[in-house]
Amino acid sequence: MLLTLRDVACLRGDRLLFEAVDLSLAAGEALVVSGPNGIGKSSLLRIAGGLLRPSAGTVARAGRAAWLGEASALDGEYRLGDALTFWAKSDGTTCAAAMAAMGIADLARVPVRYLSTGQRRRAAIARTIANDAPLWLLDEPANGLDREGVERLGAAMAAHRAGGGAILAATHLNLLLDGARDFAFPHAASGSAPTRAPEPRRQGGTA
Amino acid sequence: MIVALIKRDTVRGLRAAGLPVAFFLIAATLFPFAVGPDAKLLASAGGGMLWLAALLAALLPIERLVAPDADAGVLDQFVVRGLADESVAAAKIVAHWLGFGPPLMIAALPGAALLGLDMATLGRLEAGLAIGTPALAALGVTVAALTVGLRGAGALAGLMLLPLAIPLLIFGAGALRAGDGEAIRLLAATALLLTAGAPFAAGAALRALRD
Repeated sequence: MLLTLRDVACLRGDRLLFEAVDLSLAAGEALVVSGPNGIGKSSLLRIAGGLLRPSAGTVARAGRAAWLGEASALDGEYRLGDALTFWAKSDGTTCAAAMAAMGIADLARVPVRYLSTGQRRRAAIARTIANDAPLWLLDEPANGLDREGVERLGAAMAAHRAGGGAILAATHLNLLLDGARDFAFPHAASGSAPTRAPEPRRQGGTA
Repeated sequence: MIVALIKRDTVRGLRAAGLPVAFFLIAATLFPFAVGPDAKLLASAGGGMLWLAALLAALLPIERLVAPDADAGVLDQFVVRGLADESVAAAKIVAHWLGFGPPLMIAALPGAALLGLDMATLGRLEAGLAIGTPALAALGVTVAALTVGLRGAGALAGLMLLPLAIPLLIFGAGALRAGDGEAIRLLAATALLLTAGAPFAAGAALRALRD
């Protein structure tokens, strides 16, 4: 198993986003997390990536994970090729093939700040491809992509799974992911809105 | 990855080093206007004035130290790659010093000439800055990490950094007096404490940002 979540709960402030989440991902598998805004898709992915500590439960990852979040994490003043090379170097890989796969090879010399939203998104996906990690965590990966971009993303995800990788994606759009399982939050399955946790007991007080 | 991060941040720091350096020199230029052209007074108080200018110049880069990386998701990428927050903070401190300390020490040369400091005082000033600027850089990164995302972060950062830097100013200015080995040792001790503790404080602040 590349990723295993057991009985995971997420508490944001005093609001319980979800609890009792179990999921596991094996090589070649893909899991799509969907659901309305605010249900906790991003939080689930952040927990899976180790960016957020679960309020309860355990997270186990075998191997590295590649994170594709909302922000592109590319330095605006650098040329796209250099900005991607920075990450590829830290991951011990190169990014030329990944840039070609996302159709942005000819933008290598353009400073990142001149790129459009969709081009930045393609670049962030290229970084994910170049990362060479077995597990991809994709938070709304198709946001801002045109149809050709979505197709390229689909091809990249298929190649990643064919190569023994796994994908956990949160999205409200249609991704080209053949044979992906759907993940539904326990709350959503029962049709009820996220419940509020009991007020946490204040300790000490404020005099 | 740490080395790559230090290199990236150092290059960015050096590109933006003009601002604190210019501020430092302007502050040094203003001092004679404020106290009058008394060469003796300038020479005796000028070293302390340059320390004060260095302290204020340290405030300028704070807003670009951590917040842009937090907003752009760069910090998240480091975390997913298994880098500890303390390591990121330490790398940022090293890089910030490289892009801030040496330029400031170079700027202290014309600054000292403007105020008519003698060579011995200049030597003690440079030694003090070499010891004290790493602590200023460490404080800068810590305060930057603590104030990410807050409204008026820049002003708040100044309010937080300046009181913490008071010991550096006291011992740094004290070390300018001839034959005062005590002050420079205290300056070194203070700087060591601040520099060694900062990665942990800043790392904890970076971790808290994600919650």
